Order: sequence, then C-alpha cells, then structure tokens
Amino acid sequence: MWDYTEIVKEHFLNPKHTGVIEHPDLDATVGNLTCGDALRLMIKLDEAGRIADAKFQTFGCASAIASSDALIELIKGKTIEEAERLTNDDIVAYLGGLPEAKMHCSVMGTEALQKAIALYRGHPFELEDKGTIVCRCFGVTDKLIEKVVREHNLHTVEQVTHFTKAGGGCQGCHPEIEAIIEKVHGPKAEHVAKARQRRTPMTNLERMTLIQQVIEQEIRPMLQADGGDIELVDIDGKTVQVALRGHCAWCRVKDFTLKGSIENRLRELVDPQIVVEDVGGRLPEGTA
Amino acid sequence: MDNTIYLDNNATTPVAPEVREAMMPFLDRLYGNPSSIHTFGGQVKAHVDKARQRLADLVGCHPTEIIFTSCGTESDNTAITSALDCYPERRHLITTRVEHPGVKNLCQALGQGGRGRPLYRVTEIPVDAEGLLDVAAFEDALDDSTAVVSVMWANNETGVLFPVETVGALCRDRGVLFHTDAIQAVGKIPMDLADLPIDMLSLSGHKLHAPKGIGALYVRRGTRFSPHIIGGHQESNRRGGTESVPLIVALGKAAELAKQNLHKENTEVAALRDRLENDLLEKAPDAHVNGSREQRLPNTTNISFEYVEGEAILLMLDQHGICASSGSACTTGSLEPSHVLRAMGVPFTAAHGSIRFSLSIYNTREEIDKVLEVVPPIIQRLRQISPFGHDKAPAKSKA
Repeated sequence: MWDYTEIVKEHFLNPKHTGVIEHPDLDATVGNLTCGDALRLMIKLDEAGRIADAKFQTFGCASAIASSDALIELIKGKTIEEAERLTNDDIVAYLGGLPEAKMHCSVMGTEALQKAIALYRGHPFELEDKGTIVCRCFGVTDKLIEKVVREHNLHTVEQVTHFTKAGGGCQGCHPEIEAIIEKVHGPKAEHVAKARQRRTPMTNLERMTLIQQVIEQEIRPMLQADGGDIELVDIDGKTVQVALRGHCAWCRVKDFTLKGSIENRLRELVDPQIVVEDVGGRLPEGTA
Repeated sequence: MDNTIYLDNNATTPVAPEVREAMMPFLDRLYGNPSSIHTFGGQVKAHVDKARQRLADLVGCHPTEIIFTSCGTESDNTAITSALDCYPERRHLITTRVEHPGVKNLCQALGQGGRGRPLYRVTEIPVDAEGLLDVAAFEDALDDSTAVVSVMWANNETGVLFPVETVGALCRDRGVLFHTDAIQAVGKIPMDLADLPIDMLSLSGHKLHAPKGIGALYVRRGTRFSPHIIGGHQESNRRGGTESVPLIVALGKAAELAKQNLHKENTEVAALRDRLENDLLEKAPDAHVNGSREQRLPNTTNISFEYVEGEAILLMLDQHGICASSGSACTTGSLEPSHVLRAMGVPFTAAHGSIRFSLSIYNTREEIDKVLEVVPPIIQRLRQISPFGHDKAPAKSKA
C-alpha cells in the first residue's frame, strides 16, 4: 500500500471539485485511458478575469484524483497570470507530500493547467505540440522530460519515470532520456556516452578496446584511490581476466569488488554477458 | 480491523486456528533439533515425519518425495537450477508468459547469461485471450536441448488452470524434466501426483492457512536432483539448514485440513465466488471477467471495470475493510499493468481497472453480500469522477 498523507486521502475520498462546467472558458485534457491516467480541467472566469470556478474529471489512482482536486484549490480566485506560475511542487506541498513514484500525478495537474491556458490564448502548447515524442508507451515529449529534469534536478532515468512516466513501459527510450539528462547536466565521461549510443553488436576488437578503456579510465583510478590496482591480463570472448593488485589483492571484500563493481560495470557498459575472472594468483598459460 | 472482509487469499491466507495450536508446542517446550541423538531432540523428528506424511497425503505422493523449503520461490528456484545442474549440456528452458516472478524472473536472468551460468535460450509459451496455454506452441518449442519445462498449474492473478497432465506427458515422451509451480493450486483442487507425469512441484504454506516462511518441493523418486542450499544432511541431503520444526508441523496440519476441506472449497467456496462474480457483472455495467471461467480455481475471480483505475477502487474498498488486489499499474509502481493480463491481450483500458477477489473457506455469505452492496456504488462514483465512459448507456454485462 502506498504511504499517502491524510491530506491525499481526504482529497481522494471526498474531492470537492469533480464535475463538468458547461461552456467553460478554459478546457483541456491530458493523458489518456491507455496510459492509466487522464485529467480534464475546466475553468470559468469572472468579468475581472479571475478563476471563478473550476472542475475536473480524472481517471487514475488516488494520488491522481487528489492532485487534481488540490490543483483547483490552489488556482481558484487567481488570475490566469497568477495561476500560470503554479508548479507541481506547489501541488505536492499542498498535499503534504507524494510518494516519489507518484510524482507524475502532480506533473499531470500542472500540465493540464498549462495546456488549458495555452489553448485559451490560442498559443501552441509547447510541451505537446512542439516537442517530439520520446516515450511512445506513455506519449511523453522531449520538452516535458527536459523541463522536469531541469526544474527538479533529475539525474537518472528512474527519477524521470517517477515524474513523467516516460521510460516506464517498454524501456526502449532509455537511451534518449539519458541523452536529455546529459544535455541538461553536461555529458558524462566520454566512454560512458559512447557505450550508451551503441546499439549494434560489437566486433571483438571494439569490445576489447572498450573493455580496456573502461578499466583504464574508470575502474583503475577508482581502485587506486583506495590503494588497490588492477591489471588487465587477457580477454577471451566475453571473459575478462584481470589481476587485482595492491590492497585489492588481499582485500576481504575482493570478490565483491570483482563481481559487484568491475563485472557489473563492464556488463552495463560493454556487454551483459561479460564474466570477470581474477587470475592474479597465477600467470596466464604459456608463460613460464 | 475487526470488520475486515478478507478476499485476497491468493496473496496470503489467515493461519488456521488448528494450525496455530499445532505449532505452538514447538515454539515452547519442544525446541529440540530433530537431528540430535538424545531423546529430547529426537522426539521432535517424529513430528516432522508426521507433517511430511500429511503433506504427501494431500498431494498424493510418497513422503520421501517431499523436501521442505523456506517458501514457494525457494522451491521454484531449487527445481529449475537443479535441472540445469543435472543436464549441463542442455541450454534451453521453456516456461510461460504468465508465470509468477519466482519462475519468470529467474528464467529471464538465465536468458541473459546471469547467475554465473552459461547463456540459456528461454522460450516463453503464450496464452490465448482466455489465459489458456497454447499447447501447440509448447509442442513446437520442446526439443532435445530442453533442460527443464516450468509451467504453472494455476495462475495467481486469474486462477486459470494449465493442462499440466498434457504438458507433463509431452515432456516425458521427450525425456525432459517437468516442473510445475502449483503454489496456487495445492489445497484448492484435488491432485494425485502418483498418477501424474510431473517430476517436480512447488508449493507454499501461507497460501493454505499455514504461516509464511515455509514451502515444499516435491521431487519424484528417481528424478536427478542437485540441491540449491548446500549444508548439512537435512532433508536427505537435498536441502541443508536446520529444519524449521514449528513451521513444518504447521504446514503438515494445514495440509491435513486442506484435504478435509477440499470438497468444501470446490462446492461452497466456488458457489460464493460465482455469486460474487455474477452479481457484480449484473450490477456494474462494462465489467467482464478476465480468464476462462471453466478452467479455473474455485476461489478466484478477476474482473475488469472499464473507465476506472484499480488502485482507486482498492483504496475505496479499504475504507469498508474489504481486501482485494489489482493488476493495475498504479498499485505496483511499475506503470504497466500486470504481465498476465497483457499476455492475454486484455486492453490496457480494461487491465487498469482489474480487481482480483480470491476467497477461502473462511469467507461467509454475509461478507459477500456486504461486498456486493459496496462495490457497485464505488464503481459508479469513480466513473462519475472519470472523464471517460459517460456517453455509454448502462450496458448489459458481458462475460
């Protein structure tokens, strides 16, 4: 069961603003049935241009319904210019917090508001109209991903999924989301970026070069920082033979270093079938 | 909560009072180690043997064919890795698209060259719209390089039964080991393993009114076996680790009760389930059952309510003390609805609003009446909030 605050539960069980406004001044729907959540926001303005009434209809989980209700609490009585400044953080704060995996519910709230305002002004809705779809499972654009990455200082694909759902389905767009994160925060080490771009099977030579690069540029400095060292002895297909040196050679957690750190990293960056063996105790065959 | 109406028995079951009573002495004065030479410890062994006999009686096998484990997942893992150890030259696994994670995730890891083993080819057999196994596809997939076939007996989400007898016979013809995850089936439907072509079978205590933390693996006599947990000589050298005597005794008692209640499960519980299902379909328009209604466990129904989302339904049910579960994405945090419903081709729109009710012999007619009173207004209320489905005239239910 999700850890919802009492405020979330109250707005879910007894929402005040559900329903339909006939002939609303602003009206927008975001999300759809397939995605698992959708929100229609309707707003009526008074003569002074303030939000006199607003209603919502939401298909979704408890936090989606509560976020919709909270959105309306927050914008009622405001001018469009004032309402426009609302962020999803305001919704989250109003609700006393949301589980991280449910952040996308609050983002859906602000998205609906921004779309309604854009339509009202006859402007294109940047997040939908101008962007290109990155996540096809949930129809999320690069614009929206970039926005949440920037506004919430997100660094991992998982975080982006929590905020936008992007990448939560077939996972095919993970490299593209990585690319957006790197665009915002600057590139990671060059070999990491190169590894991520690679989609076709590698030749033996490419694989060996990449393994060498990862060990030399990333793993070695990491071990050296702790007084250890590593030597690449041989590469046979997907089996990588290394010798752990220095502190690592007799470290009590050397198996963990070998499998947990080195092998996992090589599997992530080079090939999921990489196996790393420690041959530190013996010399490679053929040498005297 | 005193007024809890527990309809989530495929997740876990309440411990039967008789079971609790049976295990208590072993948490008290009978704390000996069954492996000890002294009388004090040794007397406990007789109780472990009795429990093994009771479990063997429930599934129709010889007591030496039972290995106690810590849970159903350990049984699944043991069975599959044992087969791989025993047939190292065979690099092919067959399973289905709708297995429990205890089988599914292990097979997927093996299919990616994980677990320090060579790379395996994994075939996941599809199911049809009713959740029934594509036996023809299974026959095609079976070949001489197959190390093991792992096909569940009953699906945890829909209750749909797979034809394990047919699958097992095909495996036997080919000389391929057959394992079935029967965690949802044991205690709910009759079975006689002596007469079935099944080599290994997993079961779990907490699905049949024993506590959590105990499972068992049936291994047919003569089947090649390699232990998963290496240690002492316990379980005839097939599973190291001191026996959890209280839990083993509990599982034995639960097995005895399950055998006694098997008829009730298939008559009274099935009747309650049918009443719940039929009434809900009648009272809530645009609802339908996921999975075959014929080839199914007697206690399970999985119903999709269109235009509403499962987590919202569950939380509203929770307000009334009613416990159920959902294949909706939002309940798991995974964003995609259940892999079982997707494998059946249930549209996302329906999968998001799916609710599983799973009953036990402890449920009453009054409880079901209460649920029937509560659920339709909840669906109606959530549909009012939803932007979809308002243009639909209250349709007749379709099954």
